[in-house]
Amino acid sequence: MDKNMKILIVDDFSTMRRIIKNLLRDLGFTNTAEADDGTTALPMLKSGSFDFLVTDWNMPGMSGIDLLRHVRADERLKHLPVLMVTAEAKRDQIIEAAQAGVNGYVVKPFTAQVLKEKIEKIFERVNG
Amino acid sequence: MTQADQSFVEFEATLRARAPQLLESLQQGRLDETAQMLNELNQMRNNGLYQEVGKLTRELHNAIVKLEMDTSATGGDPSPITDATDRLSYVVTMTEKAANRTMDLVEESTPLVNYVSYEAQSLTADWQRFMRREMNAEEFRELVRRVDSFLQRSMNDGSQLSQNLSEIMLAQDFQDLTGQVIKRVTRLVSELESNLLNLVLMAGQVDRMAGIRHDCDAMRLEQERKKREKEPSNGEGPQMHADIREDVVSGQDDVDDLLSSLGF
Repeated sequence: MDKNMKILIVDDFSTMRRIIKNLLRDLGFTNTAEADDGTTALPMLKSGSFDFLVTDWNMPGMSGIDLLRHVRADERLKHLPVLMVTAEAKRDQIIEAAQAGVNGYVVKPFTAQVLKEKIEKIFERVNG
Repeated sequence: MTQADQSFVEFEATLRARAPQLLESLQQGRLDETAQMLNELNQMRNNGLYQEVGKLTRELHNAIVKLEMDTSATGGDPSPITDATDRLSYVVTMTEKAANRTMDLVEESTPLVNYVSYEAQSLTADWQRFMRREMNAEEFRELVRRVDSFLQRSMNDGSQLSQNLSEIMLAQDFQDLTGQVIKRVTRLVSELESNLLNLVLMAGQVDRMAGIRHDCDAMRLEQERKKREKEPSNGEGPQMHADIREDVVSGQDDVDDLLSSLGF
């Protein structure tokens, strides 16, 4: 796994972005950027060369699930690995995210270990 | 029996008592007498209705006074709803501040801990060389200098760390303050609910007197439609009682099981 890969963290709460950013840094990923909802994240994804997207679900403006759908519908972004980190815990929602093409799903509150496992699993599959 | 029920029962009793009389005069063709009786009954029903509407208005007024809503809307103290909104924003601010303060202190402390751990490791290696007598005098002097500076720095960093830890502890004081605020807002919401319920009950009494029937089926359909509109796509935030609900996962293990059943 390339520790220099560029990661976009999308969450409407700055504290949660900061937690995820710190956890990623502890895992050795320091090349991160932040956005506070899908509407600001999408142009960043389209113009920047991001390798990985970590997004919340419930956000004002564009939600995480809609962002995921936009990413999958975009010719250049459709293979971008996406990890959803969210408080949304309904079975229907997890199935919906899976159908929309999410690569991993972490429910809040989560641990550093869970985040690490999911990221490793995603890149094992992507690279394998 | 409530007062409202009382007046309705009285009206009903009179209606029953008068019905045979009414029928009799109608059968015997005494139309003016019939009309007279109908007028009286109507009058009685109207009086009951006025009374119920009066009670409803009074109750509405009481509810507004109880909730200290500003009916004049000309400034003054904010209404409890505005106040509750302010209070909840305060909770958001407080929790955000506490989270950031805690993270600041953790970020400040991490390099201190890392230094101790890194330098202790490096000194241990050199110390072992010294114990094995693999060190010349020059190197030993350098080791002594480093041990001295390590001890000095450990002392300072140690006290800085313990200060940071107690500040992290203090940053958790938001729990008490926000807890109090949330309890107050919860109380207000319960009061609102019971007042509204009371008003609905009284309005129901007016409906009975006036003989108004609501289309309950249509209202139920509307409710169902609203429920359906709340599709999962919109996001609902954290779920309560996740451990006893079937439609909600109770943790990451559940998510993993569900996803692996979908072929992930």
